[in-house]
Amino acid sequence: MKPWRPEGTVYGTLLNFRSEWDLWSPRMTQDPHKAPPKAPVLYVKSANTFCPAGQDLLLQDGVHEVDIGVTLGLVIGTQAQVVGAVLLNDWSVPHTSYYRPPVKFRCRDGFLGLPAQVTPGRVADWSALQIEVHRNGEPVQRVDLRELMRDMPTLLADVGEFMTLQAGDVLMVGTDCLADGSRPRARAGDRVEISAPGFASVCTTVGDVA
Amino acid sequence: MKHARIAWSGAIHDAIEVEGQLLLTQGPHAGRRVDFDEVVWLPPLAPVPQARTVIALGLNYADHARELAFKAPEEPLAFMKGEASLIGHNALTKRPADVTYMHYECELAVVIGRTARRVKKADAYDFIAGYTVANDYAIRDYLENWYRPNLRVKNRDTCTPIGPWLVDAADVPNPMVLKLQTSVNGKVTQSGSTADMIFDVPSLIEYFSSFMTLNPGDLILTGTPDGIVNVNPGDAIVTEIEGIGALVNTLVAA
Repeated sequence: MKPWRPEGTVYGTLLNFRSEWDLWSPRMTQDPHKAPPKAPVLYVKSANTFCPAGQDLLLQDGVHEVDIGVTLGLVIGTQAQVVGAVLLNDWSVPHTSYYRPPVKFRCRDGFLGLPAQVTPGRVADWSALQIEVHRNGEPVQRVDLRELMRDMPTLLADVGEFMTLQAGDVLMVGTDCLADGSRPRARAGDRVEISAPGFASVCTTVGDVA
Repeated sequence: MKHARIAWSGAIHDAIEVEGQLLLTQGPHAGRRVDFDEVVWLPPLAPVPQARTVIALGLNYADHARELAFKAPEEPLAFMKGEASLIGHNALTKRPADVTYMHYECELAVVIGRTARRVKKADAYDFIAGYTVANDYAIRDYLENWYRPNLRVKNRDTCTPIGPWLVDAADVPNPMVLKLQTSVNGKVTQSGSTADMIFDVPSLIEYFSSFMTLNPGDLILTGTPDGIVNVNPGDAIVTEIEGIGALVNTLVAA
């Protein structure tokens, strides 16, 4: 069986975990942001980022280190409803400013680690999901979906207010940070594994251009 | 050649422009000519096997950057859109009832023709299939300073009309000297030239392909010049680029 790839557009959600929101909160009213975000802050992972199960992430074009962005992607069916979900590794070039769109940080080739298959189900099935991240066999992060700012039904409703998700689209619910606001990182030679009960893991070996 | 993608007689067809009509080029009606007003115009883009990458530029004309009180960017200000925001020529775009400032943006849209990675400016034109016109509407009421311009402003259902034609690159000898114009209910409100882009088309292809693969059918919307005004339900907005086409759109209350 061919490993899974998204059939539609993949959207990501920024600042949707309580710990990162709280760390940002004192700065949200300062320049250049001036106010906390009201609507969901989204971004697109373009098709060139899709890295199917079994493929390595190749660091290139001057990138030597990446943030690991563990998340759950909700897979959309024909009536804009959720029909399943996937673990994803939403890699990004570390960036500290959330002011301008993150195309060059998030849309690089291979920057979305995919699992082999989708887990069918409804969002209620995953409201308390815990996702584990291991780097070279060592645990580096545990993400708990009970910590979402907008829970999944709320996120879907608030996104649906301005755009209709299409069959095959994927909505990622957000990535959490560590206690200091950073994300676990990976470099060439690392092997990163994302796993959760009931889901196909996302295992990626990071390489670079010799 | 000018290519269109249309719905007519219960099916979707590819067509080309011939003597002010549409000549169907494939399917059971191949060879038949139909009038422009007989058809539903779809975005003039062939289907692609995976999600189409739609890149859009902000502040890519010196005058528009000034109008919005920003200094010209040192590198392209790019954001991404989902393909689902695209609609065709002569379509209806929804304007929410509670907003005060929704504006059009007339933009030259570049359609990629060949897989492009680490392309140099000097070779960039070899990777272009053709050009079309996009109207990249924005609703400024929803602008927030987080990944700005945020998707609630720029990725709304019905808010990216595109078309009517995909014009072959070979028929556009210099895309950097084209007049752009927008009219609202027949009155010209925006006029400019692609000559005033801050990052021209070859520079954009070099920039994006320096870190990402562009695939055939991917789009780059290259930004808009000075002259944006609020538009209202019932307004007919025509965004036009010399030699590429005139894209008509009508706003409806949502």
